[in-house]
Amino acid sequence: MSDEHGSVFDGLLGGDSSQWAFGTDFEDPLAGVDTTTPDGVDPAELAAYCLMLGDDALIMSQRLSEWCSRAPDLEEDIALANMALDLLGQARLLLARAAAADPAVVPALPEGSPVPPEDALAFFRDDRDFRNVRLAEVPNGDFAHVVVRLLLFSTARLALLERLRTSRDHVLAAVAGKGVKEVAYHRDWAGRWFLTLAQGTEESHRRLLAALDALWPLQGELVAAHPLERSLAGAGVGVDPAELRQEVDAVLDQVLTVSGVPRPGRRPWRASAAGPDATACTPRP
Amino acid sequence: MTADRPAIARRDAGTPGTRHPSATPRGCEATEAGRRALEVAGEVRDPEMPMLTLADLGVLRGVEVERDADGEVVVASITPTYTGCPAMATMRDDLVHRLRDAGFDRVEVRVVLDPPWSSDWISERGRAALRAAGLSAPGPAPRRPGPVLLTLGPPRPAPPCPRCGSAATRLTSEFGATACKALYRCTACLEPFEHVKEI
Repeated sequence: MSDEHGSVFDGLLGGDSSQWAFGTDFEDPLAGVDTTTPDGVDPAELAAYCLMLGDDALIMSQRLSEWCSRAPDLEEDIALANMALDLLGQARLLLARAAAADPAVVPALPEGSPVPPEDALAFFRDDRDFRNVRLAEVPNGDFAHVVVRLLLFSTARLALLERLRTSRDHVLAAVAGKGVKEVAYHRDWAGRWFLTLAQGTEESHRRLLAALDALWPLQGELVAAHPLERSLAGAGVGVDPAELRQEVDAVLDQVLTVSGVPRPGRRPWRASAAGPDATACTPRP
Repeated sequence: MTADRPAIARRDAGTPGTRHPSATPRGCEATEAGRRALEVAGEVRDPEMPMLTLADLGVLRGVEVERDADGEVVVASITPTYTGCPAMATMRDDLVHRLRDAGFDRVEVRVVLDPPWSSDWISERGRAALRAAGLSAPGPAPRRPGPVLLTLGPPRPAPPCPRCGSAATRLTSEFGATACKALYRCTACLEPFEHVKEI
């Protein structure tokens, strides 16, 4: 290290980024994007909402990336890594948007830290501060597990992003407009593999059903409204996940029907449709 | 996006029946500096698909020369093909370096998120370059105004092999070496090839 630099990091972070082949990328991903909080919206609420959506993507991305080098074959390995990358991109913009709306959500770092706000949110929050759904977080299982997990996750997320495209918040609308195109591919991938495993061997069928049983109870959380989501949906900024139920149900029923797999008995979010066999579930308030 | 800085694609979007809207980035060609900045930026290539310029790919959305108290600043606008595209930083740096080398001291690269990139923005020249490099160019992107339909069958009619022209091709994976490509294999010449996905 030359004398010009007090530490390795000064040399790394200061000065001209042209010394790096791929740039340093320490730049605001929302540079040039209008990040004004829409009229009548509480910036703190908007930030919390962006964290919810961003954390779902971030944690799901992390779990998917754990599949790297472990998928059944190279093509599926690449597919899972691609989907992880799409979600990471969404997470980056959403966390950056959260920080821009309300800088108070960003963990305090030592003065002069070059860590951008979205990275501070991703790396320096305590575990309790993450707002992701549990479906994104549960540890990975076998390949059937990731197929079911992605089917449930991307079906709900796609339905949400479709509606978020008309958000009054420019960043959310833009992230959604792009995300719809990406997540549509994720859902198709999961749907095709669901069908393949269902109609494959006895073993693949057995594993698929086991994964479905394990993950189905976590599905309800995706379409259960948090008060914050209701509030922002009312303000024309967010989406009330309860609105997604019908579309999500229809898509999942389509996949289950084509695959010849019966719908799991527990229907935690459809109290009205619950028959006598649904007593095991707790109807949502 | 601020209202006073409309992206070119908004204008394209209003042109009904245009299957492949122009990929030509908007620029202020009224001045010599503007014309030259557009020309320099228009030569910068995509780091992942170097047979394409960023302009041909439809990623370069505009090049403007703005004036402030300190003089002229070149503002280039780019849009990611996919949200997580890891090549954005490289594209940004390449634009800055090329424009600086051409004598523009102050260069700013802005990200345009809306409207989202579409494979329809790849220019005809870009499509020809893809084919020449052995890649299959995308067909028209799906329109998704309402709920997106689930596709459990083949995502698109199998594209012909870019090497031998055979129609006997098979999808290997919807996800390729970069986010924007799917993998196919030709069952006639047995070569694998990449297809740029429709989005």
